[in-house]
Amino acid sequence: MPVLDLMSGFIVELRNAGLPVSLTENLDAMEAVKEIPLEDRQAFKYALGATLVKSNSHWRAFETIFEVYFSLRGAEYNITDGESDTPGELGRDEQDSQQPGEGRGQSGGMDGLTPEELAQMLMQALMNGDQAMMRALAKQAVQRFAGMEPGRPVGGTYYLYRTLRNLDLDNMLEKLMQANKDSAQQDLTKLEERLEKDEFESRIEQFKQEVEAEIRRKLVADRGAEAMAKTLRKPLPEDVDFMHASREEMQSLKKALQPLTRKLAAKLARKRRHGRKGPLDFRNTVRHSLSYGGVPADPKFKYPRPAKPELMVVADISGSVAAFARFTLMLVYAIQGQFSKVRSFVFIDGLDEVTSYFKNTEDISEAIHRVNTEADVVWVDGHSDYGHAFEVFWEKYGKDINAKTTILLLGDARNNYHAAQSWVVKEMQKRGRHVYWLNPEPKSYWNTGDSIVGEYGTFTDGVYECRNLRQLEGFVEKLV
Amino acid sequence: MESRFESVQQVRDGLKQVNYLADDGIAGVVYLAQRLGKPILVEGPAGTGKTQLAKSVADMTGARLIRLQCYEGLDESKALYEWNYKKQLLRIQADKSSDSWSEVHDDIFSQEFLLTRPLLEAISSEDPVVLLIDEVDRVEIETEALLLEILSEYQVSIPELGTITAKQIPMVFLTSNNTRELSEALKRRCLFLHIDYPDMEREKEIVLTKVPDITQNLADQIARIVRSIRQLDLKKAPSVSETLDWARTLMLLGIEHIDAQEAKETLHILLKYQTDIAKAAKELSVDK
Repeated sequence: MPVLDLMSGFIVELRNAGLPVSLTENLDAMEAVKEIPLEDRQAFKYALGATLVKSNSHWRAFETIFEVYFSLRGAEYNITDGESDTPGELGRDEQDSQQPGEGRGQSGGMDGLTPEELAQMLMQALMNGDQAMMRALAKQAVQRFAGMEPGRPVGGTYYLYRTLRNLDLDNMLEKLMQANKDSAQQDLTKLEERLEKDEFESRIEQFKQEVEAEIRRKLVADRGAEAMAKTLRKPLPEDVDFMHASREEMQSLKKALQPLTRKLAAKLARKRRHGRKGPLDFRNTVRHSLSYGGVPADPKFKYPRPAKPELMVVADISGSVAAFARFTLMLVYAIQGQFSKVRSFVFIDGLDEVTSYFKNTEDISEAIHRVNTEADVVWVDGHSDYGHAFEVFWEKYGKDINAKTTILLLGDARNNYHAAQSWVVKEMQKRGRHVYWLNPEPKSYWNTGDSIVGEYGTFTDGVYECRNLRQLEGFVEKLV
Repeated sequence: MESRFESVQQVRDGLKQVNYLADDGIAGVVYLAQRLGKPILVEGPAGTGKTQLAKSVADMTGARLIRLQCYEGLDESKALYEWNYKKQLLRIQADKSSDSWSEVHDDIFSQEFLLTRPLLEAISSEDPVVLLIDEVDRVEIETEALLLEILSEYQVSIPELGTITAKQIPMVFLTSNNTRELSEALKRRCLFLHIDYPDMEREKEIVLTKVPDITQNLADQIARIVRSIRQLDLKKAPSVSETLDWARTLMLLGIEHIDAQEAKETLHILLKYQTDIAKAAKELSVDK
């Protein structure tokens, strides 16, 4: 049964992408699929999703893999050199479109259109939110502009870029807004205008996705599911490398950070409350014994109340490691209730205290933005100089370090061959409670080139690799 | 349950009749859960209708809803069963003289002295029930283990009595606000359903069904504004229940058509943080 082969390939791919799929879940999925009419693709997808994906952050990865393995296939998706549409394609449009009519009628004869006419039609479709038309146009656009060649080892992004560049979608929004203004009877209020804009934006986004899906379908038809899934494989949000995250991955990271901090805060609070019982509380026991006629029947214990640590975060925010510093600061401030005091400092070759940016504001991302734009961190040339930054830190703030202070140093320790001044770190360790170093680089890169993390590391209580959210979370949990 | 669902569409229509608008995902998972006899773990942001889903399914199937609200410190005696000590004591004292020890012993550990708590009640019920285990993420990870037997085997083991097996398989919903990661063992036994904020069309439909006498036009505007607000980077995005509150407020105020001023003045119903309100107000009254 080909479906069974496809399923097992699908599940192997899910596991490769990092989703924890157990054997029982696999069996459940098989059971579930039996209950669903196979031709109902949407239901099929949800049946697999409900049994195999047990975390919302994994849903995206699941969706991509699902699209690859169970996308519509057939001759019409073979890559041709812009030849005429096959009848099969038309047939599919007929099934999909809710209101057949204008949209379908035109999609058959699109090959003869000039690019201008095509753009005009796209604008019309976006204007009216005509789904069927948008889909047909996406198909046409890919065929015409992507220039796909069978067997060519190029990723889907390349084709996507080529298609979208030809369609000039960036200007489309403005044109739509203009056209909308012209056609309206009376002037729109600012609010209405804004709402219209959001509506168009979401339609354009939808169209882009349609184009992307179309390209993917063609690529799958050309190369086969396994190969395609491999090229599309992306790390899960918690595994994305801070230093090499794309803009889109940054977004998903940001989204993943919020529930993570909530979880972390709840976990830590719980841990604090359920501490072990301490030694006998004599006074309290005697007082309670009165209700038993002086017999200490109900012994009372002291609960240890561990002091919350004070935290100083000293972060390198030069280009290469800026994203990492940003996420760590966000995480630390989101759970600042777990510390008695948090102070933060940022540096490149000069150093500045930024604690005040986080005070009196609930909006952490706003504060981070201010850190990046307002903090005075450049001393000479704007290249990382850990040595100088540490010296300044010690001079200005060294006296504030006491036995309760935990110091976090963030950065890749790529010092551009400046003097290391590692004595500062040594002094910090002497005076403070703990000093930790978090390095966003993979361990194998440490101490190569101008990285001198080892030199600093000897004076800290530990150097940790923190390349992704998972590692960062693990560290913070340990810290508190 | 005597009536099995025949198709996803049937579930969807049924839910619609009790004023719950399900999308394909929700209806599909509910259908599967009943077909496979598996519990559903519902996750998602607060106020998107997780608890309401369980209530609506109970409504639709005419089953009784049994609810177990979870909290920190929930234990066996609150969730499963407890022996009625007082009654047992009375029983022993009532006829001290007549019975022999073994008779009393067997007697006081019988059904009569058992206090059923929600989980046991759901299992032993004769008529169809929907069991709702609300906010399961609030119990400690050790307490979660209590649920495992009932979720996979639909049975409860009581050392003194033996095992009580379900007379009919109840539909089980677990909801979670995701404040902590649930254990693998629990997740594995459930179907997973994530309910997110609805898309614009569905939200509009929800407003139309839940708020009586509201006009198409106003509902449409509400859905659009809420969508725009959700796209902002907020501490807490408005939930569906807040959207409904807002719609009702606007109805009470007699507003037919929202303009920027009115939107601004009623924003505090949608958003609960001062910074969020300020941000949204700024966004809505864009001056270009």
